[in-house]
Amino acid sequence: MSTLPIFPELAELLRDGVSGHGQRLGLLYRAQGPDWVELALPYNPEQIGDPESGVIASGPILSMMDMATSLSVWLKLGSFCSHATLDLRVDYLRPATPGKTIIGRGECYRITRSIAFVRGQAHDGDPDDPLAHVAGTFMALEGYK
Amino acid sequence: MTLPPYAELLGLTLDPDDETTLMMPFGDDVLGRPGFLHGGAISGLMEVAAIVALRHALADEGGGRIKPINVTVDFMRGGRDRPTFGKGVVTRLGTRVANVEATAWQDDPARPIAAARMNYLIARHD
Repeated sequence: MSTLPIFPELAELLRDGVSGHGQRLGLLYRAQGPDWVELALPYNPEQIGDPESGVIASGPILSMMDMATSLSVWLKLGSFCSHATLDLRVDYLRPATPGKTIIGRGECYRITRSIAFVRGQAHDGDPDDPLAHVAGTFMALEGYK
Repeated sequence: MTLPPYAELLGLTLDPDDETTLMMPFGDDVLGRPGFLHGGAISGLMEVAAIVALRHALADEGGGRIKPINVTVDFMRGGRDRPTFGKGVVTRLGTRVANVEATAWQDDPARPIAAARMNYLIARHD
């Protein structure tokens, strides 16, 4: 683990947890690799989108994947860089299981001068039975590196 | 129309003059990087707005259950410290699938901060 880049923004996240909207959703840091990050979204009835079934709304999953993929860009880069999400597509493969924690893994697979390309999946226990798939891009106004 | 618990988490309220426009107040609960809205909160606003628009359109045809298939969000401008509005428009309501577009804006609807396209699966009540 010590060979992985730890920059101040990531160290802060590991120490204090996420803030703002991520904190309101209860997002937790889980794991990381050279170009990926895993976050966890514990089940919370406040996030229900369909009261009939108890299934959480799609928005919290999108929020988690936006954050996991954003962090994955900084890990691949090896440093923090101010950037913004340009676009994000989410395919909802199946409803999340009520009561279960959702795990979201974001991966950055390509960084160009100003655009980072990301993808990811979310599951609720079995990575081979994903509930969402995402693809998106980030843009660094000042450029990456 | 009653909004789901997730809409309450985002602080959403329905516009009394337009039953398909929602307002999301700025605050820590929807904050991303310092001073800006979280992209996920903006997307959440648009997803709720899309479902509200679709429920209205479906109600005119006897109602039904809605399942999200996918969403594509384009982020155009940063969301600043002021209220954000969201509105969905049903572009096609089929028997089994609905196509919906939603936008989010702050000062001027003609200058959106984000736009989204959603596909929904519909199970009609019959």
